[in-house]
Amino acid sequence: MFKLVKRLTSVVAMFAVLFTFTTETMAAKKSKTLKNTQKKGFVRCGVSQGLPGFSNADAAGNWTGVDVDVCRAVAAAVLGDASKVKFTPLSAKERFTALTSNEIDILSRNTTWTLSRDADIGLTFVGVNFYDGQGFMVRKNSGISSVNDFKAGVSACTNLGTTTELNMRDFFNSKGIKYEPVTFEKADEVVAAYDAGRCDTYTTDKSGLAAQRIKLSNPDDHMVLPETISKEPLGPVVRQGDSVWEDIVRWSLNTMIEAEEYGVTSANADMMKTSDNPAVKRLVGAEGELGAALGLDNEWSLRIIKQVGNYGESYKRNIADTGILPDRGPNELWTKGGILYVPPAR
Amino acid sequence: MNFKKILPQLLTLVVVILVFGFFSYNAQVNMENRGITFGYGFLSQESSFDVQFSLIEYDGSHSYFRAYLVGLLNTILVSVIGIVFATIIGVVVGIARLSSNYLIERTAAIYVEFFRNIPLLLQIFFWYFAALRALPLPEKAEPIFGVFFLTIKGFFVPAFIWNNLDIFIYSVIAAIIAIVFVRLYAKKKQENQGIQTPVLLISIGLLFILPLLSFLLGGVNASIEIPVIEQLSQTSFTYKGGLKLPPELISLALALSLYTATFIAECVRAGVQGVSKGQKEAAASIGLTPNQVLKLVVMPQALRIIIPPTTNQYLNLTKNSSLAAAIAYPDLVLVFAGTALMQTGRAIEIVSITMLTYLTLSITISIFMNWYNKKIAIKEK
Repeated sequence: MFKLVKRLTSVVAMFAVLFTFTTETMAAKKSKTLKNTQKKGFVRCGVSQGLPGFSNADAAGNWTGVDVDVCRAVAAAVLGDASKVKFTPLSAKERFTALTSNEIDILSRNTTWTLSRDADIGLTFVGVNFYDGQGFMVRKNSGISSVNDFKAGVSACTNLGTTTELNMRDFFNSKGIKYEPVTFEKADEVVAAYDAGRCDTYTTDKSGLAAQRIKLSNPDDHMVLPETISKEPLGPVVRQGDSVWEDIVRWSLNTMIEAEEYGVTSANADMMKTSDNPAVKRLVGAEGELGAALGLDNEWSLRIIKQVGNYGESYKRNIADTGILPDRGPNELWTKGGILYVPPAR
Repeated sequence: MNFKKILPQLLTLVVVILVFGFFSYNAQVNMENRGITFGYGFLSQESSFDVQFSLIEYDGSHSYFRAYLVGLLNTILVSVIGIVFATIIGVVVGIARLSSNYLIERTAAIYVEFFRNIPLLLQIFFWYFAALRALPLPEKAEPIFGVFFLTIKGFFVPAFIWNNLDIFIYSVIAAIIAIVFVRLYAKKKQENQGIQTPVLLISIGLLFILPLLSFLLGGVNASIEIPVIEQLSQTSFTYKGGLKLPPELISLALALSLYTATFIAECVRAGVQGVSKGQKEAAASIGLTPNQVLKLVVMPQALRIIIPPTTNQYLNLTKNSSLAAAIAYPDLVLVFAGTALMQTGRAIEIVSITMLTYLTLSITISIFMNWYNKKIAIKEK
């Protein structure tokens, strides 16, 4: 009798152990960040303190911009509702610490992808949502029409803690020009100081220059020089060590770009379910099991396209129609002469 | 009995160690999980960023450690300037508040109430952007005394170009040592024979004559380099040569000293009012002149009340100087805890160094002021 009980318990225990093992391997697909996000009911997204076209809040506190749309896409994919995002405005100085210390789960804040950032400080870049380069803004009446017109003694205003500071040094050093770097913590102060005449030039990413120019007292008196002195691929960043979450953010961004490539828009997404093209059908979840591979349901990509739109719609809404950079330049699809090219969703 | 006394302290110590241990262990685990390494090796790496204003030679080819020194020296510079001006303004305003002249007293009171009740960061922004808006562009600047140029790009002043600077410095040091001896001699003479020596006149004389001799005999000479305007483009100009004080330094020093001076003024007023009236009357009755009353009776007693709270103000000013980052003055926080932190990503290392540095600065000021306080305290015989 006792023996039987003993045996029974050991068998039960064995099953229990087996069961926990299997549930654990199944749960491993789910990431900690994903689980936390679903529990909280919103995506925690770090954005800039106000850069029109990329991440900017209106008077009512509604955030818009192409960087904002990446977070919205993730919210649509993971939570089913693109509006369930909590935005945290961060300075350039604070952004990485906020991400690595778990204050936010996605950093989508016009951040340049570099080797040392990707490898050295606990971050992972998931892709590029805007190809940019550093440029210079000057006063039109200064007679400076090219970066070759700068002379020794030139003072340049810029933001603290950015790749801009390093590129600026490389650039002026290569020209052998002694310059005066004036670096502020917040972009608003940079604009104010340049506007007042403290600096001869304002240097940052060209998209930033175009966006900040609108804030000057007389935008028409200023112009951006044609030269680009650096490569600045800007994109969303996640913490290192959660590869499932990394995949979700990467493919949310890729979905937006691929949707544009196949002509799927927020307006026609539902109709595309019956498309003849299998790639399009996969994209809207009518074929294949791509959602399961990410630990999501199969409608995740359809929700992104319906609620946020494809990359082209996002660009038009935020950057082109606002007059910041009507010309897409390198940020055009590879099929149309740009360099936007994402791996296929299959 | 003894054990009972120690027990609470022992428990507190254990709790403190546990709390610190918990946090550092947590930090370690988190950093390991994210592949972040810890170490101070980055300090010797090339910094590869430039700084607009530096007291020592520096550019991006120097190390992060040198960038740290640049920031530290800039912090010390603005703190020293701030402390000197805050003290001068504070003493003047504090005494003005005691004036029997209604207009002077009210003006001083309004100044104190106005400036100490507005947040410092706002004042810094005000002085910086007000200065930027009010100052002329370089080409429109009117020279002050023909050689100083106050412009939006900075305050350009003539610089001395020295030959044999070391001999000149030795002569100044010699003069200071001589003055110390003269003072000691004068004190002894007064104690032994009751004869007063005009120490001040002799001191000033020494301070002039010795350096002058170094010019005449020591081969020291200095030429003056006056800033000259230079064109950068059709519409933009700057000055070349001479020394340049950036507008960020000027407005930060101005804001810090005007703000802190209000508190020092109140310390001074409290100190002078804290000396009882009887002391002054007694001093006057033994035939001391009003100047002597102030110098020998009132001030020594007032200082004892003034020094400790003023020390706090000096400490506050030094720590407040870290607001510099808002207006691009390259202090320790902007250069090291700002740019260097961003470029290396070494948050824990850099923030810990920065905190230790401010702690050291504050303790140094404290030790000096405590020493001074002890020196002027009543020595009961």
